[in-house]
Amino acid sequence: MRHRYQNRIELLQGTLDLLVLQTLQWGPQHGYGISQSIRINSGDVLDVETGSLYPALHRLERWRLIKSEWKTSANKQRVKQYQLTAAGKKKLLGERSRWDALTAAIAGVLKPQE
Amino acid sequence: MRLPLWRRNQDDDLRTELNSHFKMAVQERLDRGESLETAESAVRREFGNDLLVREVTRQQWGWIWFDQFLQDLRYGARTLLKAPGFTLVALATLALGIGVNTALFSVVNAVLLSPLPYPHPEQLVTLHMSKPNFETGAIPFPNFRDWQRQNQTFSAMALSRANSTTLIGLGETEYIRINFVTSDFFSILGVQPLKGRNFLQGEDELGGPALVQISEGLWKRKFGASEDTVGKTLNLGGSVYTIVGIIPASFDLQLGSFSPTDVYLPLGQWGNNALKSRRAALGLHGIGRIKPGLTIEQARADMDVVSQNLAAAFPDTNTGMKANLIPIKQSMTGRVQPVLLLLLGAVGFVLLIACLNVASLLLARSQKRSREFAIRAALGAGRMRMIRQLLTESVLLSIAGGAIGVLIAAIITRAAVGVLPQTMPRLHNIRLDSHVLLFSLLISLAAGIAFGLAPAWKTSRPELQSKLQTSDRRTSAERHSLQNSLVVVEIATALVLLVGAGLMLRTLTRLWSVDPGFETRNMMLFGVSLSPSLANAPPATIRASLRELHDAIQATPGVDAVSLRDGSSPMGDEDDIYFWLANQPRPLSDSAMNWTLRYLVQPGYLKATKIPLLRGRFFSEQDTEKSPPVVVVDDVFASTYFPREEALGKRIRWGPEPREEAEIVGIVGHVKQWGLDSDDTNSLRAQLYQAFDQQADDQIGPNNRLILRASGPPLQLLPTLKRTVQQLNAENAMFDATTMEQVKSGTLQTRQISMVLLASFAGLALLLAAVGIYGVIAYLVGRRTQEFGIRMALGAQRAQVLFMVMAEGARIAAFGVTLGVVLALALTRLMTKMLFGIKPTDPSTFAAVSVLLAMIALVACYLPARRAMEVDPMVALRYE
Repeated sequence: MRHRYQNRIELLQGTLDLLVLQTLQWGPQHGYGISQSIRINSGDVLDVETGSLYPALHRLERWRLIKSEWKTSANKQRVKQYQLTAAGKKKLLGERSRWDALTAAIAGVLKPQE
Repeated sequence: MRLPLWRRNQDDDLRTELNSHFKMAVQERLDRGESLETAESAVRREFGNDLLVREVTRQQWGWIWFDQFLQDLRYGARTLLKAPGFTLVALATLALGIGVNTALFSVVNAVLLSPLPYPHPEQLVTLHMSKPNFETGAIPFPNFRDWQRQNQTFSAMALSRANSTTLIGLGETEYIRINFVTSDFFSILGVQPLKGRNFLQGEDELGGPALVQISEGLWKRKFGASEDTVGKTLNLGGSVYTIVGIIPASFDLQLGSFSPTDVYLPLGQWGNNALKSRRAALGLHGIGRIKPGLTIEQARADMDVVSQNLAAAFPDTNTGMKANLIPIKQSMTGRVQPVLLLLLGAVGFVLLIACLNVASLLLARSQKRSREFAIRAALGAGRMRMIRQLLTESVLLSIAGGAIGVLIAAIITRAAVGVLPQTMPRLHNIRLDSHVLLFSLLISLAAGIAFGLAPAWKTSRPELQSKLQTSDRRTSAERHSLQNSLVVVEIATALVLLVGAGLMLRTLTRLWSVDPGFETRNMMLFGVSLSPSLANAPPATIRASLRELHDAIQATPGVDAVSLRDGSSPMGDEDDIYFWLANQPRPLSDSAMNWTLRYLVQPGYLKATKIPLLRGRFFSEQDTEKSPPVVVVDDVFASTYFPREEALGKRIRWGPEPREEAEIVGIVGHVKQWGLDSDDTNSLRAQLYQAFDQQADDQIGPNNRLILRASGPPLQLLPTLKRTVQQLNAENAMFDATTMEQVKSGTLQTRQISMVLLASFAGLALLLAAVGIYGVIAYLVGRRTQEFGIRMALGAQRAQVLFMVMAEGARIAAFGVTLGVVLALALTRLMTKMLFGIKPTDPSTFAAVSVLLAMIALVACYLPARRAMEVDPMVALRYE
């Protein structure tokens, strides 16, 4: 079991981080909210598992790319909200351009040669 | 897994976070119209294993190594507790090793390392006058004044001179030690009086005001710490002084020439006219503070110029005389530094042996655990991980050992402060402060890693197959050889320490058997200060009282001989004069004159000391202030200054006055003035005796010292003597009684202490090494029980088996001794200066120590070897 999750993290690392940062660009959000918006924005294609999401969130927090705050929700629930830090915003821009370059390159390779 | 307290909060937070996620997901499904049951089970399915999610998330916190460390720590503690025998031996070994190191380091720290309690101690120097053949001579007062005026590099300089007087009034009359100081003495050291002030410029001149500073101790003792003490007066030896300042008790300067006293007077109050002479050094030594920003080299260069100018201005007294500047710390600790460093090296060796011992214990134990680790490796544990675990275990052991060691050190240092000579500089500074504790922590850590690394490396070696397949009773000979070499190094190190201790022991035996030139047994030294009423009496009256005193003591039962004395005292005070031969013109400068130690004694001195009279006569009752001056010299004096002629009957002169010329009437044996060890090498060895009674009137005073030979143990005479002295005058006071035996052993004290310490360290090392070799042989025998059984079953004699085991032990011992001899040959050279009469490579010491060590090693082997011999073949074979 453990190995399954670990492999998944490694597989998604970077990509998942990018997705999380991108999601938080629109404002503070808790873990559940992040997973939902990734799912919805990807048209239900990407379903982030908790076993990947939370390690990613805690890792990003430790790298100080995001920061967290405890809030009390409407129905008196203690929830932990994450938001981008300045370093996180910078990182996001860098990662995005790298991602664009990467997808363009992959698309170029995949496109049948004329 | 239990988490430490501060981590539990973080874990609780994570639970809450995941829980809220769970609830929100459920809520959303409920909102979509699902039933609670379906919603929860769906979410739970999506969510996956909650525990695992937490686990992988926690790993992101960067605490894994710490968790593993705690795990290792717990595991280590459990393993150690499960092997109490091993743990106890290892702990005791380490505690002893770390304990002696901590104790000695606390001494080194206090004496050598910790900064002096004065502002900017790096600017402080002691000042001396360097004369031909004598580096640290005293400074004549006029020269000092010139130094003060002409130097460019000092913010201030000061002189001090110890003396004694009687304190009158304020209770019983007391003999007290005092110091004469010049004005800047306390301000140079940054000492602020508790009350009042320091002496001012000019108050230290001859004929200056009669002022005094007293210690906080005297202030409390005699004045009840009263606020209005400053301004009151003090009667010292019949003269009255006004108290201007109180020196705090925290002032504790110990220099060769200075110890704190209860009373400080301005130097001018000495009233000694010789203060005006450039010839008279009078035991004045100085301290100075170099200006901020300047180095001692710059100050030396400056003072060289000053000295040259003075030599040009006063060629007859100052030729060859130079100011000598020594950093104050070096002056204080220079004498003990080599001894302390030698001892620190020795305890370092003890710790090394302790570590080797524990390492070899761990190796033996790792044998038993190799299967445990092979299984772990098979289950996927990494090698570094296993090494880390084993190291955690050994460091845990060493830290625990270190903690016990610090307790041992606390006991040792407390005892040491009582046993060490009180004149040792900065003795009361010794304590287990943060530096010392940090040192113990560091050596504990280092020891833990040092003795743990090799066994950890070996144990964790992944030879999975072989270890899992074989039973653990047969393995490589390689492990063995590592263990053997540990013991070889142990024996070698112990040998080095033993040789060191042996050399010191032989040095001391040699020194004790050196003939000091007189008979120390039953000799006593003491002082008598006559009643203060005599302080200003005419010299003739004092002479009469002194004669009366001499006769009364001479008549006391149990007294064989007595003499009043002044000047030098054998192995004690030093006094020297310049002289020239009376039939020659006075040399132009003092440095061109002859130089001799001077003793002022009475006729009874010869019998009191049992110095042999070689030729001529000694003083008699007829040699008085009225008779022609006569002197007696020792054979060194005679052969130095009259190498080819008879010294008897020759005349010498030491001053311009008529009575400063005398005939040599006798020649006596040489006395080892400079101690049993260093007398032969001292440049000043000639000895001159003048008759005490022929001293000039101004040299006669009420404070006098005597030397006495008793017919039995001399200190038993003390009560009788005290009665005798006080029957003459109830105000007479006796002081400073000591035996010559004490003086003699005092000169050997440093060596004696180092020998005792070295011997204890060597003994400890020997014990540890013996345990080490015992352990290795016992282990070897244990592992070869089966082999012995087979051998005996096949017909080997028991003696053969015994011999086989002993031969193995002897081989290790031989290697160890050989290596030790080589090491010792290289290292004992460092202690050459502490030795006397033997070379650092003294063959008989080396041989004796080697034999001793080899014997002990063999005895340590014999015990387990006997066990091998008694193996019952049947039992051994069935054992497997």
